[in-house]
Amino acid sequence: MPSIRQNAYPDVLPDFRNLAVIARVLLAVNALALAGALYASPNVMAALERFVYVAAFLEPLLLIELIALFALAGVLARLPYWGGCAAVLTAVVLLAGLYHGVVGTVAAAPELLSLMRTLVLTLLVAAFLLVYFRLHTKAFSPALAEARLQALQARIRPHFLFNSLNAVLALIRRDPKRAERSLEDLADLFRTLMADARQFVRLAEEISLLERYAEIEQLRLGDRLRISWELDAAPSDALLPPMVLQPLLENAVYHGVEPGTGAGDVLVRIERRGERVLATIENPYLEKGNQRAGNRMALDNIRERLALFFDAEARLETRIGNGRYRVDIEIPYRK
Amino acid sequence: MIRVFIADDETPARERLRELLQDIETDVPNAVAGEARNGLEALERLPASGAQVLLLDIRMPGMDGLELARHLTGLENAPAVVFVTAHDKHAIEAFDLNALDYLLKPVRAERLAAALKKAAAAGAPSAETLARAAGAPREYLSVAERHRIVLVPVKDILFLRAEQKYVTVRTREREYLIEESLVALEREFSGPFVRIHRNCLVARAAIRGFERTGGGDEEAHWQVVLDGFAERLPVSRRQWPAVRELVADK
Repeated sequence: MPSIRQNAYPDVLPDFRNLAVIARVLLAVNALALAGALYASPNVMAALERFVYVAAFLEPLLLIELIALFALAGVLARLPYWGGCAAVLTAVVLLAGLYHGVVGTVAAAPELLSLMRTLVLTLLVAAFLLVYFRLHTKAFSPALAEARLQALQARIRPHFLFNSLNAVLALIRRDPKRAERSLEDLADLFRTLMADARQFVRLAEEISLLERYAEIEQLRLGDRLRISWELDAAPSDALLPPMVLQPLLENAVYHGVEPGTGAGDVLVRIERRGERVLATIENPYLEKGNQRAGNRMALDNIRERLALFFDAEARLETRIGNGRYRVDIEIPYRK
Repeated sequence: MIRVFIADDETPARERLRELLQDIETDVPNAVAGEARNGLEALERLPASGAQVLLLDIRMPGMDGLELARHLTGLENAPAVVFVTAHDKHAIEAFDLNALDYLLKPVRAERLAAALKKAAAAGAPSAETLARAAGAPREYLSVAERHRIVLVPVKDILFLRAEQKYVTVRTREREYLIEESLVALEREFSGPFVRIHRNCLVARAAIRGFERTGGGDEEAHWQVVLDGFAERLPVSRRQWPAVRELVADK
């Protein structure tokens, strides 16, 4: 059974506020400078002399670069990976150029490298370090991804749990058979919640879960909840991460139906379009429901899990219009 | 015998409470005085029901349990309140801190019996205690009129003016008198209202502008011009700088 991609952890820039990162940069750049000195000198003594000379120019620049990156760390962290890399390289090269200009004017050292060489060397070294950090993260990534998935494991809302048990208890005397079925549905729901989040599940199973969840909610809310199912075009053998659709339906009910005094219409539509599977869950948009804020964590959670499984091929969008709140998910059709 | 009123938006939840009340009948004689599905319905039905204890779900559409409880304190024979919740950490914390009684869903018969006995003895909670426990400002202010509670939506209020012991609540249509402190109201509704005078709070949304009066011998002072309302409200000299600041981005 295919599961998450092994090097699935999303690319992140190194954290320029981290002591270990700073230490590594200092070490690496100095090591490179030393290697350069050794290469360009006839013997070790001359190399060391040369290294000390270069260091006089290099260390202050290195310090300035690190301080600048430390200061910009917050801003950089918010950029997408490749944008961030470009920003880092630009900033580093610009600073090196400025530094070179200032030192040239102030120190008037005749053996100073030309500006162009300084800039190119800086660019190369910075690029090299970014590559190094990227590989470093990737080396740790399978363990990280798994740990992340554990943390992201969908959790059931206590509100749903206790209210459902309460509803089942209300049924026990008057309709014991229905109460039995509902408890079995609850058991299935929990079993899925506790299952291994790293394995794909078939869409047919996820749909069955949705229907069972809907039955339990119907118990509580009666005719206040009206769900339309458009599942005819759903590819039952499609694979997707578990617990992607159920939390969305749960939010639709919690924010879009429960705070309303009248009945609420919820739409669940899943269909296949070529090599893509599209799912839509829609509910009434209630001001009181506060759905935009309330949904954010669940949506981030689902987005991250989709990214861990499908990388950039999965899409999740929310839309508000005509008094309706709508979530659209698109994933590649895999079987 | 204790007359019990049940307020919960979920039908099975109300049914279960009815069943439990029957179960504990010998221990705590009781009768169901009425039921409601949300706060507004409860406000309509409760006064005439003669209920002594209210079993109140805190999460209800329209008006939540805590706000309802606050409005009920205006009634002559306000019922004692036992809050009921499935799970709400903040609310439970607030209840514990303010010694307000509550039950967790699913409710056990024994706990229900104990809560009823305690509530019947303790009587209605005070408005101050409920105000302290409240998580959010009210959506309505309420006025007790004989045997019913009249609700005034906060967004319809133009201004609140303190007069001796009472506060006048003015909407476009009419005026009400409530027995609350202007200071407490200012704290609760610091968002939508701004203080223009020691004895007056005005709804920001209702301010259309300001007018300067006086001049010549008299020192000039400012007045608030309200949207669609003739009366001008004087702004005290002390409050004027703050008011002008706050309303500057209108």
